[in-house]
Amino acid sequence: MTASEALLEVRDLAKHFTVTKGFPRPVTTTVRAVDGVSFEVARGEAFGLVGESGCGKSTAARAVLRLIPPDAGRVRFAGIDVTDAHGSTLQRLRRRMQVVFQDPYSSLNPRRTIGQALTEPLRVHGLARGRAARDRAISLLEEVGLPPSAYDRHPHEFSGGQRQRVGIARALSVEPELIVADEPVSALDVSVQAQVLLLLKDLQTRRGLTFVFVSHDLGVIRWFCSRVAVMYLGRIVETGSVSGVFGAPRHPYTRMLRDASPIPDPAIRGQLPRIVGEIPSAANPPTGCHFHPRCPRASDLCRTAYPEWRADGDGGVACHHPVD
Amino acid sequence: MTDVALSAPPSPRRAMIGRLVSNPTTVAGVVLCSIILAGALLAPWLSPHDPLEQNIVDRLAGPGSEYLLGTDQFGRDVLSRLLWGARVSLLVSFLSIATAVVVGGAIGMISGYIGGRFDLVTMQVMDVLLSFPSLILGMIMVALLGSSVTNLVIAIALTAIAPFARIARAPVLVLKERAFIEAGRALGFSHLRILLVHVLPNIVTDLLVMGTLWMATAVRTEASLSFIGLGVKPPTPTWGGMMRDGFENILDSASLCIWPGLAILVLVLGLNLVGDGLCDVTDPKATQ
Repeated sequence: MTASEALLEVRDLAKHFTVTKGFPRPVTTTVRAVDGVSFEVARGEAFGLVGESGCGKSTAARAVLRLIPPDAGRVRFAGIDVTDAHGSTLQRLRRRMQVVFQDPYSSLNPRRTIGQALTEPLRVHGLARGRAARDRAISLLEEVGLPPSAYDRHPHEFSGGQRQRVGIARALSVEPELIVADEPVSALDVSVQAQVLLLLKDLQTRRGLTFVFVSHDLGVIRWFCSRVAVMYLGRIVETGSVSGVFGAPRHPYTRMLRDASPIPDPAIRGQLPRIVGEIPSAANPPTGCHFHPRCPRASDLCRTAYPEWRADGDGGVACHHPVD
Repeated sequence: MTDVALSAPPSPRRAMIGRLVSNPTTVAGVVLCSIILAGALLAPWLSPHDPLEQNIVDRLAGPGSEYLLGTDQFGRDVLSRLLWGARVSLLVSFLSIATAVVVGGAIGMISGYIGGRFDLVTMQVMDVLLSFPSLILGMIMVALLGSSVTNLVIAIALTAIAPFARIARAPVLVLKERAFIEAGRALGFSHLRILLVHVLPNIVTDLLVMGTLWMATAVRTEASLSFIGLGVKPPTPTWGGMMRDGFENILDSASLCIWPGLAILVLVLGLNLVGDGLCDVTDPKATQ
C-alpha cells in the first residue's frame, strides 16, 4: 500500500511511562508501553490490533487519537499531522476520528440522559441544535437499534449491550470517518457481543467507516477485520491480511496466539497447546527479541539482538527464525 | 434488541427522598433545624420585646410571664435576643460554608483534574491550612481583618476551604479515569465543559452533604469567636455573645448561659442529624 491511499498512517509511535518510587532512594522505571509502532490503515478498511493484556495496544490506540500525547513518532490522518495539531485543526480532526470504549458502564455520564449525551457533541461542533439535534439523535438511536423512547432515559436504565449501542451512536454523532474501537465487545455477554459486532459491521458497510479494532480476541478480529497487526510488549511483531496471518502465522508468537484460541470441534478436544510463561513486564523487557524466553525456536541470536523488520508484500514479520 | 422493554424504574432522586424521610433520626434533624430556621425568619413577629431594648429595673429577672426566659444584665429580653441571634448564627454559618463549598470545591476539582505537580503543590497548601485548628485560624483572620459579619464569614470560610478542596478532589481523581471523560475529550469538548457539565454534577451531592455537616461546625466556630469577643460586635445579639454575657453573670443568673447553649446544641444536633441522613442515602453501599 502506498502512503497516499492510507487514511491513517502511524510511524514509529512511542509512549513511555515513567514511575518514580521508593524511599530513601527513589528508583525511576520507564515502562515502554508503546515502543516504535508503525502501521497504515486504508480508507474503508477494518484494521485489527491484537495482543495479550498489557502489550500496549490500548495505549497505542489512545496515542493515535491524541487522548494521550505520544513521546515520539508521527500520526497522520488523511495527510494531516495529528501529533502536532492543536486548536481548531485538532478540533476538526476530533470530529473525523472517534472512539468506542471497552466498558459500557463507565463510558456514559450517569447524570446525563441519552439524549443529552447524543446532542452535546452536535452542539459543540455546531452541527445541529434544538429540534434538529433531537431529530438527529433519534435517528442515530434507530441506526444503532434503540427505540426513540431511549432519548429521555438515563444510562442506568440500560443493559451493557444497550449502553454500548449508545456509545456507538455518540461516536457516530459527529459523522467520523475513522472509529477506533478499543475492545468494544470484551465486556459484553457472548450473545450480545455478536449483536454489537454485527451492528459495527453493518455501520462499516453503510457509512463506509474505517476501523481500528483493538482486541485480545482472535475470533473477533478474524471475523471483523481484513488486516491485522500482532503486538507483543509494545512492538508489532507481525502484520498482514487476516487470512495470511492467522492461516499461516510466521511469527512463533502469532502461532502461539492462534493455537491458544479454542476451536469448536470435539474431535480435537484437549489438544490445546500449553502456553509457556507470561507476558514479561514492559518496564524490564528481555534482551534481544522480547519473545525469546517463551519462544520454542529461540536461538542465541534471539537472546542478543532484536530482529529486523522483514517486509513481505502486504505484511511483514519481526523474527530471526520465522515459520515458513 | 429493539423490543427490549424499557420499564421506568423510580427516579433515583425520588427514591432518595423516600429513604430520607423513612429514617426517624433524619426527620428529627429536619424538625430541629426547621424550628431554629422558623424562629430566625419570624423573629420580628415572634419576639415579645425589642432585643436591644434595655430595662434596668427588670435586669437579671428570672423566667416569668413578662419575660418568658428572663432578662440579662441590662434587662434585655433573653427570648427576643435568642430569636434574633439565630439570624446571625444561621446567616454567618450558611454564607461561610457556601463560600467554602464554592471556593474549596473549585480548588479541589481543578487540582484533581489537572493533577501532577500543580495538584501536589495545591494540596500541600491545603494541608497547611488544614493543620490549623479552625478556631485558631478564625481568630487570626478576625484579628487581622477586624470584626464584622463579612469578615467573620471570610474567616470561617477560610477554615473550611481546605476540607472542601479535599472532599471535592477525591471523587474527581476517580471520575477523570472514567471513559466518559475520555470520550468527551475525543469528541473535542473543552476542559471547562468537561469540568462543569461532566465532573461537577457527579460530585455536587458529596459537597452538599458535607456542607450540611460542616455548617454545624461553622455554627460552633461562630459562637466560639463571639464568646471570646471576636464575633459580631455588641449590642447585636448572637448566641456566642449571649453566652459570654451569661458567663459573666453566672452567679446571679445561671440560666443566662443555658438558653443560648441549648439553642446552639439544638441547631448543631439538627444539622448533624440531617447531614448523617444525607450521607446514608447518598452512599450506595449503605443498605437500608
